[in-house]
Amino acid sequence: MLNRDKGPIQDIATTQWKAGAGMIDANIGPAEDSGESLMEWMVTTIQEIVPLPICLDTTNYKAIEAGLNVHNKEWGKPMINSTSNDPERFPMLELAAKYNAKIIGLTVGKGGLPADAEERAAIAAEIMGRSMEYGVPLENVYLDPLVLQIATSQDHALKVIKAVRMFQDLNDPPMKTVVGLSNISNGCPKQLRPIVNNYFLSLLMYEGLTAAIADPQEIVPTVKTINVILGKTLYAHSYLEM
Amino acid sequence: MAFTPSKETYTGKVYSVTIGTDENTVTFGGENVLPFYTFEGVVPNRPVIAYEIQDVPPDDWPENIQKPFKTVSNDPITWAKFCQDVLKAKAITLRLKGTHPDSQNRSPEDAAKTVKDVLSAINVPLILLGSNHTEKDAAVLVAAAEAAKDKNCIIGKAQEANYKTIVAAAIAHNHKLIAMSELDVNLSKQLNILITQMGFDREKLIIDPMCSALGYGLEYTYSVMERIRLAALAQNDLSMQPPMLGDIGMYVWKVKETQASETDMPQWGSTEERGITWEAVTAIALLLAGAELLIMRHPKAVEAVEKVIDELVEV
Repeated sequence: MLNRDKGPIQDIATTQWKAGAGMIDANIGPAEDSGESLMEWMVTTIQEIVPLPICLDTTNYKAIEAGLNVHNKEWGKPMINSTSNDPERFPMLELAAKYNAKIIGLTVGKGGLPADAEERAAIAAEIMGRSMEYGVPLENVYLDPLVLQIATSQDHALKVIKAVRMFQDLNDPPMKTVVGLSNISNGCPKQLRPIVNNYFLSLLMYEGLTAAIADPQEIVPTVKTINVILGKTLYAHSYLEM
Repeated sequence: MAFTPSKETYTGKVYSVTIGTDENTVTFGGENVLPFYTFEGVVPNRPVIAYEIQDVPPDDWPENIQKPFKTVSNDPITWAKFCQDVLKAKAITLRLKGTHPDSQNRSPEDAAKTVKDVLSAINVPLILLGSNHTEKDAAVLVAAAEAAKDKNCIIGKAQEANYKTIVAAAIAHNHKLIAMSELDVNLSKQLNILITQMGFDREKLIIDPMCSALGYGLEYTYSVMERIRLAALAQNDLSMQPPMLGDIGMYVWKVKETQASETDMPQWGSTEERGITWEAVTAIALLLAGAELLIMRHPKAVEAVEKVIDELVEV
């Protein structure tokens, strides 16, 4: 990224697109110095070869706006990652309203991690109220319960699953939900990570999860199989190949 | 406050399929709503009925369905012309029944000649069917597809046991293809996937979920068709989006209700009228389940079904 080398970025994006991704998350970190040009470069580099919308992932407000300005909407609405209950992240909602972008509402505040599902839902309700004040339609808001590491915060795995269910009940039609999936297995031995990720995803999907930021190659069999089990896709022997 | 009916919208859409060449084409499918739900979306084409003829005289058909074709059915060419010119058929289905080992066991070459002769006698689109003998059909349909090269016909039926050669022939000679499975929505999807994995264009497929006659399992065909259509529309399942076929005549004109005489069954009324009604009712049921292409026999049954379609497509 720092050398502006398109090759590796485009390779990863293409692989993810072909594996069935519906959106590509462009994470440029905090990117305090050259965030704007970096995000512009990321969005155009990816969309040059992959016909998908981009999830703009940084805490840098100006970088998000720069990304939104160059985003090709022909392939779908861009997504902002993210707002939260931290006042520093409120302005992201202005951008979501101004550019009609989707936005992730991370259910954390300034004061640290949420203790349980109920606290996550309470923060979610605040984010929803604020979204409406800023003029962001709730259909554009994806609530993120904040997945924590199973290795260090085992009890939160179940709380996250419960939160996904509770988020949907906060509105009719149900609120959309998203997780940063791989965080569950952060800190686990390498060979365990796909196993933990996939089983966790199965449970989340059963509870109605809308989206996940994940490695599509790793999770596509799970997504397809759970969709068959949940009756969302018609079974055929070759369903994994479709 | 005025009543506003709620409308269902779907993400999926049935492919529209065009057969025939030049000005003599017909198109069916293409809707993005349940059958005849013209008030909810787009229904660009009406269902098409194709008259069924065969390569050998229909000695095995009951008398009442032989009757309308008595003077022409000795020869597939005069039979085809009769359907086109007198009955105003929009499409014709030539069933190569005589190739069946239990019939006259005609060779693929004989079948190919019949196909060529019929094609040169008519302008309307042609559907070419084997005798439903999986091994023989593989050979017969390859020859038939070649004889009809670039005439944009439908060939069939490709089944799990023989699809490979038939698909290859359809690709090589530019035809549409019927994929038939036996009354099972999952097997139907699987066959479509296998066929498209060979490189056959999904948009050139027609699904035959296997027909059945009123009183003889019609509700199975009906519910498989419904499930296929709902998968296509509500789940946007690409492999289930081809239009569907109801091969009506063959199934209807072998059940006892279309044959039993008035002497044997006086309480059932006129045999002829009963047969016609049986075919028309079976056809209409499958239209309502989602069939866009019907293969039928009796001119009066066809007329009755066309009348129902007229009423259903008019807004």
